[in-house]
Amino acid sequence: MKAALMGIYTLWLRDITRFVRDKPRIISSSVQPLLWLFVLGLGLSTAFVRGGGDNNYMRFIYPGIISMSVLFTSIFSAVSIIWDREFGFLKEVLVAPIPRWSVAIGRALGGSTVAVLQGTIILIVAPLVGVSFTFSQLALAFLIMFMIAFSMTSFGILIAARMHTHEGFQVVVNFILLPMFFLSGAMFPVGEGLPSWMQALVRINPLSYGVDALRQTLVGIKINPIWLDLSVVAGFGAFALMMAVWYFEKHE
Amino acid sequence: MPTIIEVNELAKDYNGHSAVKGISFTVERGEIFGFLGPNGAGKTTTISMLCTLLRPTSGSATVGGYDIIKNRLAVRQSIGLVFQDPSLDERLTALENLKFHGMIYGIPRAERSRRIDEVLELVELSGRRHDMVRTFSGGMKRRLEIARGLMHRPRVLFLDEPTLGLDPQTRHHIWDYINQLRVDEGLTIFLTTHYMDEAEHCARIAIIDDGELIAIDTPEKLKAQVGGDVIVLITDDNARAATEIQEKFDVEAKEVNGELSLQVEAGEHFMPALIKGLESNVTSISLRKPTLEDVFLNLTGRKIREEKLAGMDQVRSRVRSKRRQQR
Repeated sequence: MKAALMGIYTLWLRDITRFVRDKPRIISSSVQPLLWLFVLGLGLSTAFVRGGGDNNYMRFIYPGIISMSVLFTSIFSAVSIIWDREFGFLKEVLVAPIPRWSVAIGRALGGSTVAVLQGTIILIVAPLVGVSFTFSQLALAFLIMFMIAFSMTSFGILIAARMHTHEGFQVVVNFILLPMFFLSGAMFPVGEGLPSWMQALVRINPLSYGVDALRQTLVGIKINPIWLDLSVVAGFGAFALMMAVWYFEKHE
Repeated sequence: MPTIIEVNELAKDYNGHSAVKGISFTVERGEIFGFLGPNGAGKTTTISMLCTLLRPTSGSATVGGYDIIKNRLAVRQSIGLVFQDPSLDERLTALENLKFHGMIYGIPRAERSRRIDEVLELVELSGRRHDMVRTFSGGMKRRLEIARGLMHRPRVLFLDEPTLGLDPQTRHHIWDYINQLRVDEGLTIFLTTHYMDEAEHCARIAIIDDGELIAIDTPEKLKAQVGGDVIVLITDDNARAATEIQEKFDVEAKEVNGELSLQVEAGEHFMPALIKGLESNVTSISLRKPTLEDVFLNLTGRKIREEKLAGMDQVRSRVRSKRRQQR
């Protein structure tokens, strides 16, 4: 058990070490969500107001953009397992005297910590968007960010464990990442106005619940009760992690 | 000497194709044991099973007294591994790679930094400890991997093609380390290779071909099987010359890669007689002591390392290093 915990800690530390060192990556992956927020956010807010939105559009998408940042970082860092496989490092980890499940959990925790740090960068610009929050709101926001990050990283590990070349990466982006983001309610309200097929997809998308939780915490717009949001995100995360661990134990 | 690795009818199938066909052997503590065979013979598959990376289809084995199926974590703790392909994190420094390795293997902090100094000293990389691994040459990476494989004081060090793709000088260097380790630490070394000259360093060699063990002995005894000397000649018509040699001298000549090779006693006396007696036109002829290559040729009728394959190896490693740069 001690070996497993040490394994988890080591793999986590490796992710953090690499993240902190890679400053260009931190900057470039912060620029994209900031562009979405300020350029797209400001640009579309006129249309939003005309469409009868009573609130400020930037305030509306702000939690969505944080979720986006967390989602993308989570999936990308999980998928780096493919690189580890291709460049051999995965083998070093797999022959180490630590159980496979600790490898999966260590990666999941490392990836989610990095994702939360990326999300925090977006959280810092809150005053520019006109969002303010209390300390307890902030603490809750961190918890939600971490839950989204952990469940999405686990999901990413599950995908990466089944994928053996980096060629499949673009497929993941187009068929999983972007649909998941677009259908999460991050960029537009997902209430009555949507066609029913789309509403159904939004409802089965676990990210929708994460976005809703973050939105009601930070700007007070809600669809579901917070307990439902958090349960769905946690449940999906636990399921994905269990599947990932199972797959890792069986196939690697 | 006590046994440290015991392998019993170990086999591995991949979708109906059997890569390793039920092999059995033992390795004694403190010896350098070599697995010799062509590419695709099952060397890496066997090593992967012994290191618990692959589950055998049937059979059993113990490493350091631990069962490779039932007691995988204990096996992993007692072995060190240097893979055929690099397995370092190139985005970390040499020191960080070693530090994380020490952590995963549960070496306490103070002991860890002491051993890091020690192994870095051994492979002469102390001066580069804070450099990113991606700036290292192939030989330096391999040395760092050997250092890493030794850090947790394994009882067996597995080396899968330890010098593949390295220049002769670095190969020589790495062999010095390996020999020194065996003497100083009483370490058992299990290595695979398809370089004949490397196999000569081993105390015992197992020759593996197409998933089967075809011989296992000391290099001297294996070569003694060949008997006498080896004469290699090229003629205008090898097939005709071979029949002629068979008829006139009662010696079998094998043709491999456009050369005729024959094994005779007292070659220095046989050679002049051969040239005189042969009607076929001899283009070139040479005499040498038997090598492990001849042993392999004797046992399988093929050369271990066809020239084409050597070329492919180079292409492969070049493609790999290119990809790494593009990353």
